[in-house]
Amino acid sequence: MSRTRVVVTGLGTTSPLGGDVASTWEGLLAGRSGVRSLGDMAEGLPVTIGAPAAVDPTEVLDRVVARRLDRSSQLALVAALEAWADSGLDAAQESGDVDGERFGVAFASGIGGVHTLLSNHEVLLEKGPRRVSPIAVPMLMANAPAATISLKLGARGPVNTPVSACASGNEAVALAADQLRLGRVDVAIAGGTEAAIHPLPIAAFANMMALSKNDGDPTTVSRPFDTARDGFVLGEGAGALVLESLEHAQARGARIYAEVLGTGITADAHDIAQPDPAGRGGARAIRAAVRDADVAPADIAHVNAHATSTPQGDVAESLMLHAVLGSAADDLVVSATKSMTGHLLGGAGALEAVATVLAIHHRTAPPTINLDEQDPQVELDVATKARDLPLGDIAALNNSFGFGGANVAVVFGSVG
Amino acid sequence: MSTEEIRAALAEIVNEVAGIPADSVQLDKSFSEDLDVDSLSMVEVVVEAEEKFGVTIPDDEVKNLKTVGDAVAYIERNRAA
Repeated sequence: MSRTRVVVTGLGTTSPLGGDVASTWEGLLAGRSGVRSLGDMAEGLPVTIGAPAAVDPTEVLDRVVARRLDRSSQLALVAALEAWADSGLDAAQESGDVDGERFGVAFASGIGGVHTLLSNHEVLLEKGPRRVSPIAVPMLMANAPAATISLKLGARGPVNTPVSACASGNEAVALAADQLRLGRVDVAIAGGTEAAIHPLPIAAFANMMALSKNDGDPTTVSRPFDTARDGFVLGEGAGALVLESLEHAQARGARIYAEVLGTGITADAHDIAQPDPAGRGGARAIRAAVRDADVAPADIAHVNAHATSTPQGDVAESLMLHAVLGSAADDLVVSATKSMTGHLLGGAGALEAVATVLAIHHRTAPPTINLDEQDPQVELDVATKARDLPLGDIAALNNSFGFGGANVAVVFGSVG
Repeated sequence: MSTEEIRAALAEIVNEVAGIPADSVQLDKSFSEDLDVDSLSMVEVVVEAEEKFGVTIPDDEVKNLKTVGDAVAYIERNRAA
């Protein structure tokens, strides 16, 4: 029996570069930075910059809908609704052509409803327990974004919340693809979201020395693969993809952006926060994804690197690519889009999956900004300007790695 | 506060919490059946009302507040007390 083929038919995002896919992609291709000063909110913190969502989700969503959602779920809903409309399934659903029981969601967050948790804690301390919101738990629970999308769109199949820190968004894509391949659903919305720009997570990430302390021009601080990199910049937003079985997509004449060819998920079992310096766990994930995709290393034309701008992680990723792909690693075009978006934690892998799919669809790899002097230990062809990708059948790899030692790689391929 | 003033202030809370147009929050309307205020939204309305009107509405009492009129009467009684 042949395996179910999984394709991408809808994309959505609300990111530090724009409130939708078109503005985000335009920002990526133009090499625009979404990083800026956080203003008063960050006063007194060790780090005072970040990459907040460009469009406040409360400006887009209905007021009563928004007030019952943590900001992370608001962002998730905005991205998911765009992806759903983009796929054309919104119209199909209105005419009764979407089976809710064959429709699933895999939507991730790294940290969850941290704004809701902390604002209710403040209420508890200042006004007492009676004033704690009765909807605080459904707002802050880890599966709130996935459940919100399920409720809004009537997804009655498996509704999952993979949580693997900064690999979560990419893991959601892999998990949704699995659900389709297992025949449990015909349609799934996959993605990730994060809204952790708050003094507590900023202080915590800064204290663990994960964030850049560079106090120069904010737009130059996120500099993956550059010799002067010294940590990541916290970003905010969500990415969403509509995945469908090829059969389901073809039956309704859907536009197909790309195919999910293969996925790989592994763990380092090395350290709770530090990556394995040799990148062995990540290499195993990439190898598993490439094998699952059944492509040759030379078929991989593009990599959207995890590349968060940390000293260790960026070098480890170069080692992984060489370990798995051999000399083919010299020929592919690498993009580190976190140079522009900052690090969306649980949303990162999903936003970068959207970018990877668009790179295949438009045959264009986005640039990596702030790469003034490439670290000699990073032996990769990193695009500093938007770069054309080859015509014909190509594949592209999206990597994500997270605290806890989580490694997720997904291989997408061109279709037709 | 007159009965109408309490009703109007409560209607503002119901509008804020549940998005129900304030002018449809009338004394004869049931929160759950006519206004579609679910149980958790009702708790939010109650907590807001406690602060606004300076009353205490115990959880056991909430189930007796079926209509807007029930809530307004409860508030009137307990404000006076």
